[in-house]
Amino acid sequence: MTTTLSSPTKSATVKFDLAKYRDQVLPPVVGIVGFLLVWQLLASANLIRLPGPWDVWMDERSRYLILHPLYRNSDLDQGLLRQTLASLQRVAIGYCSAALVGITLGILVGSSVWINRALDPIFQFLRMVAPLAWVPISLAALQRNEPAALFVIFITSIWPILINTAVGVRQIPEDYINVSKVLKLSKVDFFFKVLLPSALPYMFTGLRIGIGLSWLAIIAAEIVMSGVPGIGFFIWDAYQQNYVTEIIVAVIYIGAVGLLLDRLMSVLQNKIANQ
Amino acid sequence: MTALLTTSTPVNVAAEPYLSLENVSKTYSTPKGDYPVLRDINLSVNEGEFVCLVGHSGCGKTTLLNMVSGFARPTSGSVKLKGQPITAPGPERMVVFQGYALLPWLTVYENVYLAVRSVFPHKSQSEKHRIVEEHLDLVGLGEAAQKYPSQISGGMKQRVAIARALAIRPEVLILDEPFGALDAITKEELQEELLHIWDEHRCTVLMITHDIDEALFLADRLVLMTNGPAATIGQIVTIPFPRPRDRERILEDPQYYRLRNSVLSYLYGHEANPEAAC
Repeated sequence: MTTTLSSPTKSATVKFDLAKYRDQVLPPVVGIVGFLLVWQLLASANLIRLPGPWDVWMDERSRYLILHPLYRNSDLDQGLLRQTLASLQRVAIGYCSAALVGITLGILVGSSVWINRALDPIFQFLRMVAPLAWVPISLAALQRNEPAALFVIFITSIWPILINTAVGVRQIPEDYINVSKVLKLSKVDFFFKVLLPSALPYMFTGLRIGIGLSWLAIIAAEIVMSGVPGIGFFIWDAYQQNYVTEIIVAVIYIGAVGLLLDRLMSVLQNKIANQ
Repeated sequence: MTALLTTSTPVNVAAEPYLSLENVSKTYSTPKGDYPVLRDINLSVNEGEFVCLVGHSGCGKTTLLNMVSGFARPTSGSVKLKGQPITAPGPERMVVFQGYALLPWLTVYENVYLAVRSVFPHKSQSEKHRIVEEHLDLVGLGEAAQKYPSQISGGMKQRVAIARALAIRPEVLILDEPFGALDAITKEELQEELLHIWDEHRCTVLMITHDIDEALFLADRLVLMTNGPAATIGQIVTIPFPRPRDRERILEDPQYYRLRNSVLSYLYGHEANPEAAC
């Protein structure tokens, strides 16, 4: 009796999982394998002068990098996970200060039509300046590599945070503002009970775009500023010595970290937007 | 003064009306020139009176109420409450907004509590909580206190908005088509609840509605607006039904249909011929 009852439910769940597997897991796997195959074919046929995935795995230097992410010989000669962490530390500092300054300025700009009209053209202009263009400027202004790198991250990621926050503040529904006026809500209450929760989804959109940009910026910054441990400088160094397979491994690290950061923000965004 | 108010009949208190609009007009300036919305509005409302505004869309009913709530200022004329000109929004003239205007990130309880805390900062913590609970019970939402606005129906949201408005003890309660978005049954329920609560609170009520039956059931007086632009008060109808009102008894009253027909023909006549309004 029990077996006859349980067997159909069991097969149903298996069937369900299979469908999910077919729809969710299979396509990306097919995509990645296909991409690697095409790359390998192009490389083997000498259509591109780049090592294929198989060559990356077979090369002694790059295989050592893949298998030993945590080794450390000197400041500049360490495993890729260590290099990545060094870069992430910089991103954390630059990005957090961008978030702090960006949200504060964004609220200010969004609260006043006059300030917004005065500053918006400047913001729109500055946000178009690519991270690489900020490198010489910040080096000239700050003289030293480390603060210059931090500044490049800061200045690249602040714009979407600032602009989105300002939009969020300007988009507070008229009804909520009217309610606060009728009730004569205090400034503190208005800020925490109306403005902040209302603008929060916009802020998170900005924060999510910003974290992607800050990761792009650190690579650009480190590539140009020599002599700092980090994944960007690692690539530059490998390029100077013509270790192309090493560069490819590092690029995989960069892409994976970028993806991870974006996912992280997206999870945070959903958690807070659902409240 | 107090003696005069208490001894005289509620209608036509001579000295100073509770809420008064005198020669009020409102004009918006547009690129194409001035656009007159309202002109020559004269209306006195007594304390504790329930007044409904009826008129076609775009005739400036909301503008009229906005001048009482303080969101708009008259271009000319004066709007006064107890002799004081109205210059800004304030909790003594609480509004129940068309779209409820509940903060979606606060629970039902917190929405009402925010209002109570803001208006009665000196009351004790327990007193404030008691007020919130009392008013949520009043509109039958004690059970839903911990829910968020997104988790409750439109009718319940409107109940919260009414509870929030009543909890801060306004002198004038302003309702802009409060039941317009609700289904017929919920609407009738809420009308009866509002009337029941008003019988106890007796605050002055100004309410916009499109529903003539609703207005006849609730109001002491019905203000009929002419069509815009430059709308004004066309007619004021006094509704004679005794209180407390009972919907079925009113519906049996032959006067009800006479009133209803005359209001309808007034509105219909002006819709057919807007110039007749002037």
